[in-house]
Amino acid sequence: MDSLKNRSPANGDSPNLSGNQVVLGCESPLVLDCGTELSEFTVAYQTYGTLNALRNNAVLVCHALTGDQFVAEAHPITGRPGWWGNIVGSGKAIDTERYFVICTNILGGCMGTTGPQDINPRTAKPWALSFPVITIRDMVRAQAMLLDHLEIERLFAVIGGSLGGMQALEWASSYPERVFAAVPIATAAHHSAQNIAFHELGRQAIMADPDWHGGNYQLEGLTPKRGLAVARMAGHITYHSETALTRKFGRRLQDRDNLTYGFDADFQVESYLRHQGSTFVERFDANAYLYITRAMDYFDLAARHGGVLAEAFRDTPVRFCVISFSSDWLYSTVESRTVVRALNAAAANVSFVEITSDQGHDSFLLDEPEFFRVLSGFLNGAAERLAMASGAMR
Amino acid sequence: MNVVSGQPGLANNRTDIRVDLKLVADIIKPSSRVLDIGCGDGALLAHLNQTKQVDGRGIELGMDGVNACVAAGLSVIQGDADTDLADYPDNAFDYVILSQTLQATRAPREVLGNLVRIGRHAIISIPNFGHWRVRWDIALHGRMPINGSLPYQWYETPNIHFCSLLDFIALCDDMSIEVERSFALDRHGRAMRVHSSVRSANLFGVEGVFLLRRPAD
Repeated sequence: MDSLKNRSPANGDSPNLSGNQVVLGCESPLVLDCGTELSEFTVAYQTYGTLNALRNNAVLVCHALTGDQFVAEAHPITGRPGWWGNIVGSGKAIDTERYFVICTNILGGCMGTTGPQDINPRTAKPWALSFPVITIRDMVRAQAMLLDHLEIERLFAVIGGSLGGMQALEWASSYPERVFAAVPIATAAHHSAQNIAFHELGRQAIMADPDWHGGNYQLEGLTPKRGLAVARMAGHITYHSETALTRKFGRRLQDRDNLTYGFDADFQVESYLRHQGSTFVERFDANAYLYITRAMDYFDLAARHGGVLAEAFRDTPVRFCVISFSSDWLYSTVESRTVVRALNAAAANVSFVEITSDQGHDSFLLDEPEFFRVLSGFLNGAAERLAMASGAMR
Repeated sequence: MNVVSGQPGLANNRTDIRVDLKLVADIIKPSSRVLDIGCGDGALLAHLNQTKQVDGRGIELGMDGVNACVAAGLSVIQGDADTDLADYPDNAFDYVILSQTLQATRAPREVLGNLVRIGRHAIISIPNFGHWRVRWDIALHGRMPINGSLPYQWYETPNIHFCSLLDFIALCDDMSIEVERSFALDRHGRAMRVHSSVRSANLFGVEGVFLLRRPAD
């Protein structure tokens, strides 16, 4: 497990990161949904806590679209605290004194796991758009191969929000015997037309940037920063509720007393979005953004099961805890309820909670004590059940 | 849901759960699959988990109750007896429990049909509108009854489909649902078997607890 090479995603290269990485697929390749086989691909991951003797306390945390494996530690590029540092840690809801937490950078990502910015060994050039289009199921397959490598037969829990929640659902559906409990948060079992539309907006912004060069910007020594920043800005609008945007910014002006009758960032909300866009491009690869959003758009768990979502969970032994947030309009409570109804139809063991919050989709990343309490309680209850079924978790 | 909140007639019990819930719990066999509809804060589910090692699930309308249940490690979803029972497959549970809630549903007959469909057995408790004090209030005073088990004014009550124990038994007959066991609780929380004297139970029972089974196909 070497540390990663001295590169940065902003230059279209893998960043210089501390942490674990492993090359998988050497013996048998990863067969992707699109039919392509990936052999010798890299998975970068972080772990927290200790795997117990029974090897039954592993928790896989799945990150969202622009997240990465640095869940509970300072980000190696931005220096900002881990994206779920308020949930993963000693004494936290996902207690690292008790659980062995694993988080992988997803397949197609840009923080060490193989993605479009990496060198295609056959051509010795960056994959760019020759990288195969991947799916959520492919991401989960890669994670399962990592678990094989780590000799972890079954996860105690798989937990994630947004895209991470889709992975949690996919895990429970594809590998029910390898998951004791699944916690899909602020997510959906398929991408809606509205979800796809926002992603298409982001992709078009990237591809409209002349610096994108048909995806081959690395060879040109360029990065489509303007396009990627616009994609990020559009994303950020969808992560907020209107209430949260109004409370944070209202119509307040940015560092000025009057309108300028121009197109500077007069309003605080404009300044905020521009800032989010410009900082994002320092840590994220534009092609990775295309591939990951595509994977989300393709996600439709019911479609593989004759359009009946319950069939994706038939006879499932997995304990589910579905969590939504009241002001999340990107993956609304209605979507979570659809999952719950399907799980009920499969007579699955399911808990479902809608957390009241006005912070929109972003709620799952923010300080929401009720959310923490529910998550922690669910995991405690599940751990008790596991202990009853298979011996103590120690 | 548990829409009949106050239970002064039953308040003198010293156990950790309500007398009617205790009665329900006693019916349930160990290690069975149980769905408690309107599980409130999860008192019955927690009791059944501890004493009967059941595979227990709950549905609760109020989000506060749901959150408390899930935070306590119980498998509970936010949902509604009127709309969410249709999702479950036949025979998904050994017992489906509906405690003090049927009278607050929009379509009690459909709910009852779903209960005996998704459970091999259904356990239902209802407040008895045929109790003598109810009759007294209406007959003598000409007013809607307000008492311990029916604590609401007519304009604010969530209880929209009252029945007497006799009415309920008649509905079961009409739907060919078998009443396997039935109890009435008097206002001191004492249980009596309904079938020993149905008319007496209908007069003196403040609530009824029924163990039901769907008609044989």
